[in-house]
Amino acid sequence: MKADIAFGQYYEGNSFLHRLDPRWKILFVIFYIVIIFLAKNIFSFALLILSAIFLTLISRIPLRTILRGLRPLVFIIFFTAIINIFWLKGDTVLVDWWIIHIYLEGLINALLIVVRVVILVAGTSILLTYTTTPIALTDGLERLLSPLAKIHLPVHEFSMMMTIALRFIPTLVEETEKIMNAQKARGADFSTGSLVRRAKALIPILIPLFISAFRRAEELATAMECRCYTGGKGRTRMNILHSSWRDVAALLALCALCAGVVLLNIFAPGYALAL
Amino acid sequence: MAEITLENVTYVYGKGAPYEMRALDDVSLTFRAGEITGLIGHTGSGKSTLVQMLNGLLKPDSGRVLLDGKDIWEDPKQIQQIRFQVGLVMQYPEYQLFDETVEADIAFGPKNMGMDPEKIREAVKRAAQFTGLRPELLKKSPFDLSGGQKRRAALAGVMAMEPAVLVLDEPAAGLDPGGRREILGRIREYQQKSGANVIIVSHSMEDMALYCDRVLVMENGRLVMSGTPAQVFSRAEELIAVGLDVPQITRVARALRDAGVDIGLDIYTVKFAAHRLLSGREAHEG
Ligand SMILES: Nc1ncnc2c1ncn2[C@@H]1O[C@H](COP(=O)(O)OP(=O)(O)OP(=O)(O)O)[C@@H](O)[C@H]1O
Ligand SMILES: [Mg+2]
Repeated sequence: MKADIAFGQYYEGNSFLHRLDPRWKILFVIFYIVIIFLAKNIFSFALLILSAIFLTLISRIPLRTILRGLRPLVFIIFFTAIINIFWLKGDTVLVDWWIIHIYLEGLINALLIVVRVVILVAGTSILLTYTTTPIALTDGLERLLSPLAKIHLPVHEFSMMMTIALRFIPTLVEETEKIMNAQKARGADFSTGSLVRRAKALIPILIPLFISAFRRAEELATAMECRCYTGGKGRTRMNILHSSWRDVAALLALCALCAGVVLLNIFAPGYALAL
Repeated sequence: MAEITLENVTYVYGKGAPYEMRALDDVSLTFRAGEITGLIGHTGSGKSTLVQMLNGLLKPDSGRVLLDGKDIWEDPKQIQQIRFQVGLVMQYPEYQLFDETVEADIAFGPKNMGMDPEKIREAVKRAAQFTGLRPELLKKSPFDLSGGQKRRAALAGVMAMEPAVLVLDEPAAGLDPGGRREILGRIREYQQKSGANVIIVSHSMEDMALYCDRVLVMENGRLVMSGTPAQVFSRAEELIAVGLDVPQITRVARALRDAGVDIGLDIYTVKFAAHRLLSGREAHEG
């Protein structure tokens, strides 16, 4: 199995968060995102930071893993910070040199936005992708969307497609690697030469990969048919989702957080976000 | 000359991840030119990992891989040159086929080497003949071949590069018994003609006994035994302990000894067993 693909974020564990009902978790994440965008000043942001730390602690995921997940964002974070620092005008001038004007407000604003992005990504991935298997996730999504089936939207088919796609990502990654190795053994070179040459060098990988993907799809379809799969109608489930006291507790905690953020926004003075 | 030496090679898959796997653990050995070396070991013992070290598909985490005394990773940019000298046929090589015709696919390796077209045509023809691909198959699409034919085409794709070191990861798996003997026989011929260094991974003790000059046994990423087939197969208990077996005829020799007819335990081919039995009878009668 491969370690570093974006979908493989799930971190095996048995924490409070791992045991939440995936249906609820999807709703919680939406709620959490709303709360993150409600926060307006440094006090409500401080509360958000506390909540993110709390999430990290109860998820029992090593901080290193979470930070590694943020690495792809470093560039975006850096970029937003720079733009905010230089473009936002305020009253307190910190630097005034040539065409560069930096204001305290801009600095704080940049800081808050960075915090927002980091919490948005880290918080949602802790709440959802790190602690829920992709399969449970699509399952939960299917159940949440199941009312839409009444108006003839193919909810089950959609979720089955998602499940299959997720299931085959690691397989395809592994296969790509195998094919690449086989071609490298015959002297293929993917890393030098002009862009056109490099694109051409991909042909010996893509063709076998597509062929095997099609073959796999066909075999899977046959196997499903052999087991009498006819779509979602009348299908019962092996894993029935149950809500428990945990989901209620999590909901209450989120409501409390939301109230806290709103109250701090209103009653605590302090630097407010300009954007 | 094309001697490959591994010095204290260690390789770990998924380093730092929860499923970290030490596939090679401090392996030191030499594959000598002019020999066919057999590599055996239980499933997951690290054979495929080891052979991917030999042409630089994998880089050792520690230790060195030497080709004729030179570290193959001395200049990582030159690793392609190493791959032209060390031809590797992967475990399921049929997945590497991609070109329009079998002929063009076999020519992929030689073309990457920069051979001129005339020479390529000859090399392709020779490789196809070598692997028993009939000429009319050469014009077909590789995807229209049968499983065994695909395997032969893939083998030809590496053979056409005429490497000084030929590494084959289970080349005969999935072939019919006739095809198996044919391919392995041809590989031996190639080795004898060119003096190449040939390394074969296999699960068939019979094949190993018949075609190899030396046998290496792996277990859990370590080298646990090495020697001539006679030396290795006479240690049946140890082989069985690591989840392997001995050739059937070696088992027959053991059963004969237990029944009171000792013809020696270093027997690993039927021919040799017959020879021992007959000379034993002559001694008995004479
Ligand atoms: N790409 C990979 N990622 C992670 N682990 C791997 C990978 N490839 C192999 N392994 C692990 O390394 C160990 C050695 O694998 P290897 O393929 O070398 O075994 P093998 O001796 O060739 O087995 P077989 O006889 O089944 O081909 C196995 O435990 C395997 O699970
Ligand atoms: Mg293998």
